[in-house]
Amino acid sequence: MSLSKKSGLLIGALAIVLYLSTYTVNQAEQVIITQFGRPLGDPITSPGLHFKMPFVQQVNSFDKRYLAWDGPMVEMSTKDKTYVQVDTFARWRITDPMRYYLRLRDERSAQSRLEDILGSETRTAIARHELIEVVRTTKDRQPLQDESLTGHLTGEGTLGVLRPIHVGRVAIEKDVFDAAAPKLAEFGIELLDVRFKRINYNQQVLERIYQRMISERLQIAQRFRSEGEGEAARINGNKERDLNQIESTAYKQVQEIQGEADAKATEIYALAYAQNAESAAFYKFLKSMETYRKVINADATLVLSTNSELFALLKRVEQKNH
Amino acid sequence: MNDLKPFLERSLRSLPVSPLAVLLVIILLIGVMMSFYTIPAESEGIVLRFGKYIEKVPSGLHAKLPFGIDNVISVPTQRQQKLEFGFATPGFTNPDQISDAPILEKSMVTGDLNSALVEWIVQYRITDPEKYLFDVRNPGQTLRDLSEAVMREVVGDRTVDEIITIGRQEIEDTALERTRELADRYRLGVSINQVQLKNVNPPLPVQPSFNEVNRAQQDRENVINLANGEYNKAVPRARGEADQKIRAAEGYRFKRINEAEGDVSAFNQVLKQYIKAPEVTRTRIYLETLGDVLPQARQQIIVDDTIQQILPMLPLPSKALEEPK
Repeated sequence: MSLSKKSGLLIGALAIVLYLSTYTVNQAEQVIITQFGRPLGDPITSPGLHFKMPFVQQVNSFDKRYLAWDGPMVEMSTKDKTYVQVDTFARWRITDPMRYYLRLRDERSAQSRLEDILGSETRTAIARHELIEVVRTTKDRQPLQDESLTGHLTGEGTLGVLRPIHVGRVAIEKDVFDAAAPKLAEFGIELLDVRFKRINYNQQVLERIYQRMISERLQIAQRFRSEGEGEAARINGNKERDLNQIESTAYKQVQEIQGEADAKATEIYALAYAQNAESAAFYKFLKSMETYRKVINADATLVLSTNSELFALLKRVEQKNH
Repeated sequence: MNDLKPFLERSLRSLPVSPLAVLLVIILLIGVMMSFYTIPAESEGIVLRFGKYIEKVPSGLHAKLPFGIDNVISVPTQRQQKLEFGFATPGFTNPDQISDAPILEKSMVTGDLNSALVEWIVQYRITDPEKYLFDVRNPGQTLRDLSEAVMREVVGDRTVDEIITIGRQEIEDTALERTRELADRYRLGVSINQVQLKNVNPPLPVQPSFNEVNRAQQDRENVINLANGEYNKAVPRARGEADQKIRAAEGYRFKRINEAEGDVSAFNQVLKQYIKAPEVTRTRIYLETLGDVLPQARQQIIVDDTIQQILPMLPLPSKALEEPK
């Protein structure tokens, strides 16, 4: 063997040993070094290039980031015996990798432990509260009212009304969190958040909900029709009233105007005719004459006395003859 | 095989440089090629040396250390990304954009314990690629999960009518605010630009009854319009007719007064002359009148008062006899 070949081999072997004795820690990772399965020293959390003893030391890396736990959809009962399907999720991270490594070793067992703890805490929390508490959040929220739907006849039914609550969804989520967090801390896990992702009715309940929604809507529809008819009747009433008012006011005004006219005319006549005794007498005379013209027509039969003024001259002639 | 080996040795020996040098040159060339990379226009590059974050580079051509010493992750920080809930638009590039169970996503329980189908989108942009990459694993899925939780929380506090019609804007605003809050708390490194409700419907079996409400609303308007039509047909006309009567009465007043004044003025004229010679005038008028009137009567009977024995026999007009009293 030549010298150059020997040195070449040596360099190659050194390179392999060097490669085996270095490892990198990713920005998102933390590492525990174990020697024959026994953890050594503090976990390495600073990212970059690190050294270890080749062959005897192993690198166990854990994620440093927030990790997901997505629970399965589980059917559970609320305090008011409504069956709902609850889908929960959580975010967590490994804050004590040593403890985590010792108790759980890998993420799969961590997930199953999370499932145990969070699943049962959720179940407990849901069972302790009525459905509405899990659905709603803000205690004293006043819903916007759709004026066109509720109209002026509110009061009956549940339309546009939020049912009152005492606890609320966010508070229940916090209960679950508070109960689960210390239990998970035992495993070197920090819980960031637990939330109900979905809460849905189960199929049988859903049928009943649909029935209720339908009857609620039909009731609104009926009210609309009845309101329409009521309003139409009111308008018809208004019509009657306004017509009567208009006609009677007009009648009244007509009478007033005519009365005034007659009164005025009477006054004018009276003033003229009653100026003095002569005018009154003359008026009476003229009026009598006028009346004759009106009364005597082709049907009239006149009986005239010879005493009348017309024949006064005639009589006088007769008397002279005597 | 036997022919190839001596051929290779021969050819290597014939080269002017040693084989080791050739190998080194090849490795060097690969190294140079691996040292350059480009970051696309809408992205930023995060450079990791042995897994440790060292710098953030803008878009363009850059150099790095080769052979896996430096790694570069490009993050599309300028791109507006979208998450869809309850529906799926095909042709997406962002793997977080849709979920595999849109039906489950959109079914929700409302604050009046009704059920509604809600579809919505969330638009966001990665603003802090460091956080996005190193603080949360699977940030896209995390954003999906918390958006769903937030939307249910908001919908759970509202009535079905608010969700379907009147409260949409308010729901979007509240959900946006809440999602931003939680995205900060989860250290996602994203900024949420918009939460937008898409189709919001009552569940399928209930939809006909919602339509029935709309129909009833139309019916109500219709009946009211018809009644108003009747009103409008009658009342303005009656007003006009009333005015007509009043005007006529006013006309009557003018006529009455003018006539009275006319009569009086005529009377006064005549009276003036009459006073000058009352007896003559009187007689004249009397005789004139009788002269006009008497010939018109059918019959004139002249009776002398002084003759009392004879009962004047009055031939009554035949018309008066026929009519029984």
